Amino acid sequence: MTRHVATALIRLLGLVVLLGGSALARSGLERNGADPLDSPMWENMHERFLAGEDYVFDAAIEVIAPSYAEDSLNVPVAFSVSGIENIQQIAVFADLNPLPMVLRLRPVTVAPAMAFRFKLQQSSPVRVAALTDDGLWHVGSAWIDAAGGGCTAPSVGMASGNWTETFGTVNAGFFPRESGNRLKLQIMHPMDTGLAEGIPRFHIEQLQLRNLDDDSLMAELELYEPISENPLLSFDIGAVSGVALEGYDNNANTFTADLVNP
Amino acid sequence: MASFASLLCAALTQAETLFDYQLQPVQVAEGTWVVPGVPEDFSRSNGGNIVNIGFIETSAGVVLIDTGPSLRYAQQLEAAVARVTSQPIVAAIITHHHPDHWFGNQHFKTLPIYALPETLGAMVNEGDNFADNLYRMSGDWMRSTEPTPANTALADNTLSIGDHTFQLIKLKGHTVADLAVLDTNTGVLFAGDLAFDQRAPTTPHADIDTWLASLDSLGDIDYRLLVPGHGQPAPDDRAIQFTRHYLLWLQNLLRQSAQVGDVPTDVINKPIPAAFQEASLVREELSRSVIHLYPGLEANTLSTHKQGGYN
Repeated sequence: MTRHVATALIRLLGLVVLLGGSALARSGLERNGADPLDSPMWENMHERFLAGEDYVFDAAIEVIAPSYAEDSLNVPVAFSVSGIENIQQIAVFADLNPLPMVLRLRPVTVAPAMAFRFKLQQSSPVRVAALTDDGLWHVGSAWIDAAGGGCTAPSVGMASGNWTETFGTVNAGFFPRESGNRLKLQIMHPMDTGLAEGIPRFHIEQLQLRNLDDDSLMAELELYEPISENPLLSFDIGAVSGVALEGYDNNANTFTADLVNP
Repeated sequence: MASFASLLCAALTQAETLFDYQLQPVQVAEGTWVVPGVPEDFSRSNGGNIVNIGFIETSAGVVLIDTGPSLRYAQQLEAAVARVTSQPIVAAIITHHHPDHWFGNQHFKTLPIYALPETLGAMVNEGDNFADNLYRMSGDWMRSTEPTPANTALADNTLSIGDHTFQLIKLKGHTVADLAVLDTNTGVLFAGDLAFDQRAPTTPHADIDTWLASLDSLGDIDYRLLVPGHGQPAPDDRAIQFTRHYLLWLQNLLRQSAQVGDVPTDVINKPIPAAFQEASLVREELSRSVIHLYPGLEANTLSTHKQGGYN
């Protein structure tokens, strides 16, 4: 009984925060409402990746993906968040993938936006869930149709045997955009899922971006098996023009590079 | 009006139930017919009838230009041929290895089925993957269809069948090998999928620069009628112009987008120019082309900041 009262109080407080903030216009959002894509796995995803915490399906989270995965090994996705402040972390997952978790981003100074490619085993929703400091997940969704086979195929590099030649090479480019600089970075890595016979799981787990000028943290990133081979990741980094990249994979290989806008 | 719509609806439903492609050969020159497909992608309502198949009556029998998307299609094609000529089908020439053009081979496998050597190789390598995709997209229209590669490699520049001489023009760019076939008796040029008209060109195996050069070669041919792989046959070069115009737009769009740092999903949603708004499947094919062609262009805009290697 006490717990219910406490929960009700927290929800009431949450509502007050919502009403008091910029979210007033979006107060029509239904808490813990039905999945607009009606996925049989939504509740499971909610428990596994959002810790069963409160959520709203929110159009402020824009998920852009092709409606059909022309290449199941490389499905491009971009997401962005508009009009929501104080985002603590962003989780990306695909409900019906055998390995649903794709990535987690903690955007410290970078925009709460990213682009990446991932491997999709069958048609599935892809979700982008942004946790705000009031403990509420804001969830955006897109449906991607797929012929399948993305996760159980070996990486091209592993299948051809030449992955060692470029392993760990870091390529990058800076692009001036209206909203500041866009950083595209690519780390050469097989990103094997462990689901192809005889090829163990082998993927980048953690990346950090720091400002080369003052060593301040810009973003932390967890990558999971579905991220495509030789991951190419795009970030909107504002006025920053030099980035220190650090990271490691599940075999304790480390990746470091100073990325400077020439 | 409503009753007409419901009648049409009922007719279409019945066609799907019976898996009847309702093939209607259209005569385009003396002894020459085209069986036109719809300007759509593979679906369970069209069964893959999205392609122009040609056939020519010679003194030795009928020659097919491509065999269609399925076994059922090929069986119905044979019946449609028999409705306009008493000659039997004696050979088929396949323009390239995309499955809508040769998945009817199975029905004609005792006849010579000609293709370029690179096309034969690609049919062998990719046939099973194509079949997976087509069964998924077209459903039961595909029943019992098995990928059956062509059986005779074309080496010469001409092929004579009966009283007809076909000039074989070996090009590429849409795929690894694209064969254009000019019937020197009638001047009808079967351009395969080097030429599309009012339907967005597809690029899963395309090299755009090579394709553009092949379009120049097609333009140099003296023909009376050009039959594109998809779109209306015409006595002029409109299909060549449409395809060139589209490919140049696509190439520029992809290059410029890569230069300014667009991500793939930015490009998929770019505006479609007015010139292509009446054409079929432009948004869909742009989306597919970004997947085929953008990764290489995007990677080219990056520079190496740290050299790797695994010891």
